[in-house]
Amino acid sequence: MTPTTSASGAGRGPRTTHHAPNSPAIDVADLTVAYRDEPVLWDIDLVVPEGVLMAIVGPNGAGKTTLVKAILGLLPTAAGRVEVLGQPLAATRRAVAYVPQRGSVDWDFPTSVLDVVLMGTYGRLGWIKRPGAREKADARAALEQVGMADFADRQIAQLSGGQQQRVFLARALVQDARVYLMDEPFQGVDATTERTIVALLQRLREEGKTVLVVHHDLQTVPEYFDWVLLLNVRRIAAGPVAEVFTDANLRMAYGGRVPFQARSEESGGRGQEPGTPAPLADGERQRGDGTPPHPGSPAPNPSRL
Amino acid sequence: MTPQLEIQVIAAVTAAACALVGAFLVLRKTALLSDAISHAILPGIVLAFFQTENLNSPLLLVAAAVTGVVTVALIEALGRTQLVKQDAAIALVFPALFSIGVVLISRYASGVHLDIDAVLLGDPAFSWIRRFEVGGRDLGPQALWLMGSVLVAVAAFVVAFYKELKLSTFDPALAAALGLAPTAVHYGLMTLVSVVAVGAFDVVGSILVVGLMIAPPAAAWLLTDRLPVLLALSVALGVVSAVAGYWLARGLDVSIAGAMAVVAGVVFTVALAFAPDRGLVAQARRRARQRVAFAERMLLVHLLHHEHTPEAETECRVGHLQEHLRWERSFASRAVKAAERGGAVRRSGDRLALTASGREAAQRAMVA
Repeated sequence: MTPTTSASGAGRGPRTTHHAPNSPAIDVADLTVAYRDEPVLWDIDLVVPEGVLMAIVGPNGAGKTTLVKAILGLLPTAAGRVEVLGQPLAATRRAVAYVPQRGSVDWDFPTSVLDVVLMGTYGRLGWIKRPGAREKADARAALEQVGMADFADRQIAQLSGGQQQRVFLARALVQDARVYLMDEPFQGVDATTERTIVALLQRLREEGKTVLVVHHDLQTVPEYFDWVLLLNVRRIAAGPVAEVFTDANLRMAYGGRVPFQARSEESGGRGQEPGTPAPLADGERQRGDGTPPHPGSPAPNPSRL
Repeated sequence: MTPQLEIQVIAAVTAAACALVGAFLVLRKTALLSDAISHAILPGIVLAFFQTENLNSPLLLVAAAVTGVVTVALIEALGRTQLVKQDAAIALVFPALFSIGVVLISRYASGVHLDIDAVLLGDPAFSWIRRFEVGGRDLGPQALWLMGSVLVAVAAFVVAFYKELKLSTFDPALAAALGLAPTAVHYGLMTLVSVVAVGAFDVVGSILVVGLMIAPPAAAWLLTDRLPVLLALSVALGVVSAVAGYWLARGLDVSIAGAMAVVAGVVFTVALAFAPDRGLVAQARRRARQRVAFAERMLLVHLLHHEHTPEAETECRVGHLQEHLRWERSFASRAVKAAERGGAVRRSGDRLALTASGREAAQRAMVA
């Protein structure tokens, strides 16, 4: 139990969001999102049970961020239904925390680290009411959890990329949510931050939270996550990592250009099915693929090269 | 109050309201919307003016608010088509609406007190003339009541929705995810910008109002990195610009509105140059310091490499630095002096030697 959650569990009384006892954390049915007539997500079905730590992987342009935003109701959808904890998002909004991509905001904004973390409390405060002593205590506790307590009064422009990411995570922690949606929290962070995030994800899972993480580094998927969604506009596969994180599925998701060999010890010779037709034309949805990664080389994450 | 004092108070109140809404426009990187709105609301104002024949009528505020929101909605709708870019959308919408206003004035308003010069340039010199009277008692200039109400409304909105304004400015996606309706906050702010713009018409006109909305917050942002301070400082700089502009205009016998905008521009320029941390001068000094500090590290590493080597006698000389490190003589002596001051280097004549602490620093510099 972390300070934040135990304090909130004791002090804040019963949760305001109710849900049917056995409903999944995320239930997406027939979700299609399109920019004009170009589908970005095609007919996605996805059921994520509560307490699951799930990576969302797929090539560039696969619609990973779009899926997260669509679940959060931030994008107009062409078709389909999204339920969170058994209810439409409008009813469960406060049970959902969102960590957007670090680059989505202007870090020159005139504010302090503590203030950014406090923004996580705005949802439960509602309109007009300002954060008070309890919210500030929560925010400091969350900063403590991500190892940023000493930075509370720092101007946010002075932070490194990894520190910015940890501040965003602290902001999600003070939301004290049951479902966390994180967009590329590992993007371009230092080793300390990566370790902090991994420890945090595991703690959230131990507390029974559901966490969906848009992720780029295929190599670390089996180590960090217990579920995985392979996405490439369509849902390629979703489920426990041990079941669905296979060569065949990865080839389907990445259109034959798998930047990483999963479970090669089981597939018994990685070149065995050279003729397997890729479901999508090579590189159809990949950008900047002038130099296809060699099989077995790490994922094409620029931050790790 | 004398008319002179009344003019100054009206100008100061106007500048304060302008700076307060302008701060959020600057933070949202939509500074040019102030220009668009202040022009595009003209047709609304003209139509309301035909009804009331009074530039200080509250009906003008309502008309301006409606036209302003329509302007922003049109700009955003045009941008959403993705057939024109956002900046082009602004440049298309506001001249279209403004021109309607100009045509209306020239066709129907000749002979009444509403001419295009007044709309474009404003003039606070006569803003005190129309009085607000209740039961024969003079309660001050109408313009002051109007602008004062606008300022109170803006301040109340900013105080009440401070948290919502901040979040929707910094991270609109999170605001939406938390159910704090960033679009509604956005349109609320745009309504206020329109109301402030029409209130300021009389005083500074539709062009110079942009200066009062943008220059003070832009200067304030250079001077602070805390939002509450930025807002307070924006208002203060706006008020200073207004009052100083008035006295400048009196001294030089020139347009008051023009002088106010000039002072606002000067205030910004001074902040740009001399802001303690972010100003151009501070930046240049920091870069120079960094250059010397780096040169000092290079010098220590150079000395370490050649320490106890046969060529040490020649390599570890001040004169040699100019040759090998290609340093100007003056720069070389600055680096050496900095290293000497820091106790990293001992100098005997032209010969340089590392001290113990200098050796350590050199080793650290190479590891890092």
